[in-house]
Amino acid sequence: MALVNVKTKEVKVKIVYYGPGRGGKTTNLEYINNTYRDQIKSEMVSLKTQDDRTLFFDFLPFDIGRIKGFKVIIQLYTVPGQVKYNATRRLVLKGVDGIVFVADIQKFQRKRNIESLNQLYENLKTHNLDLFDLPLVMQYNKVDLRNKGEDSIPTKILQQDLNSVLRVPAFEASALGGGNVMKTLKKIISMTLASIQDQLF
Amino acid sequence: MGQYINIAWSSIFRYYYKMFNQEQLNAIDTIIKSHLIDSGVENVIYIDMAGNSITQHDNGNSNLDYMAFAALAAGNFAAVDAMAKLIGESEFSLLFHKGEKSSIHFSKVTEDTILITMFPKSISLGIVRLKVSKVVTEIKEICSA
Repeated sequence: MALVNVKTKEVKVKIVYYGPGRGGKTTNLEYINNTYRDQIKSEMVSLKTQDDRTLFFDFLPFDIGRIKGFKVIIQLYTVPGQVKYNATRRLVLKGVDGIVFVADIQKFQRKRNIESLNQLYENLKTHNLDLFDLPLVMQYNKVDLRNKGEDSIPTKILQQDLNSVLRVPAFEASALGGGNVMKTLKKIISMTLASIQDQLF
Repeated sequence: MGQYINIAWSSIFRYYYKMFNQEQLNAIDTIIKSHLIDSGVENVIYIDMAGNSITQHDNGNSNLDYMAFAALAAGNFAAVDAMAKLIGESEFSLLFHKGEKSSIHFSKVTEDTILITMFPKSISLGIVRLKVSKVVTEIKEICSA
């Protein structure tokens, strides 16, 4: 639920990167933060464990200019991917406006991708939100591993597993090197802003 | 034209996003300033449960990153709220963190909003609780008006 402040003329939009553990959600935000550091006024906040796993969330806010006189501030969040942190994932989804689902293309992650997407659907229901109504972008991450001969899931299968019913925009990406990270981000921002405007006018 | 758009946005957003109109925001700002900032409090942030800052005030000596603070504070409050439910409490409506120089006081205002007050050790917790309680009551009145 985007927050609009008529006094300061600001719209704050919440976009959450969701997906299985070690899939590259935090790496997406780190790439955005490092690449656009000069233009981002606020520091990236990461709440992580000693072994660098996300404990609560990562947070990265930045503004993207004005729409109809309102300054639009995008606030990116990640959720902790580890299975045991589902209660925390639910908390982070509160007030979400758009979602990037970061799937891991490594073969052994196939089941976890599907489980994570199903859990996202269930978690959104606890906030009275429907995954089918929310702006959503799929990101199939770690495609660079294919070139290294790692056992990976073909994109066609990922589409069947995760996107055959949802039918949302999907990108192959390599968050570590930045491949399609910005394309994913631009897509979810434009879809989310369009959705907010649709609800208004 | 600008005025027309602003009015349209505010009225429609108010319906869909349960937010505050300009008069309500002005009134909330006045209450926070007069009851808290003028009493020597360092920072006051009024946020929603999604981690957005609705309004923020300081005593002029603060470099606080409000956006990051609001996100962390909402997460903190939500985590404690979830813990309350696990032990059968409906909520912990008050949270307090004591520091060496500054302390932080959290108070739930409405179902969707929290008031956070940061104050120096020269001000007692009792005074802050009293002032915050007044502010909460007055903000609630503004919300229901």
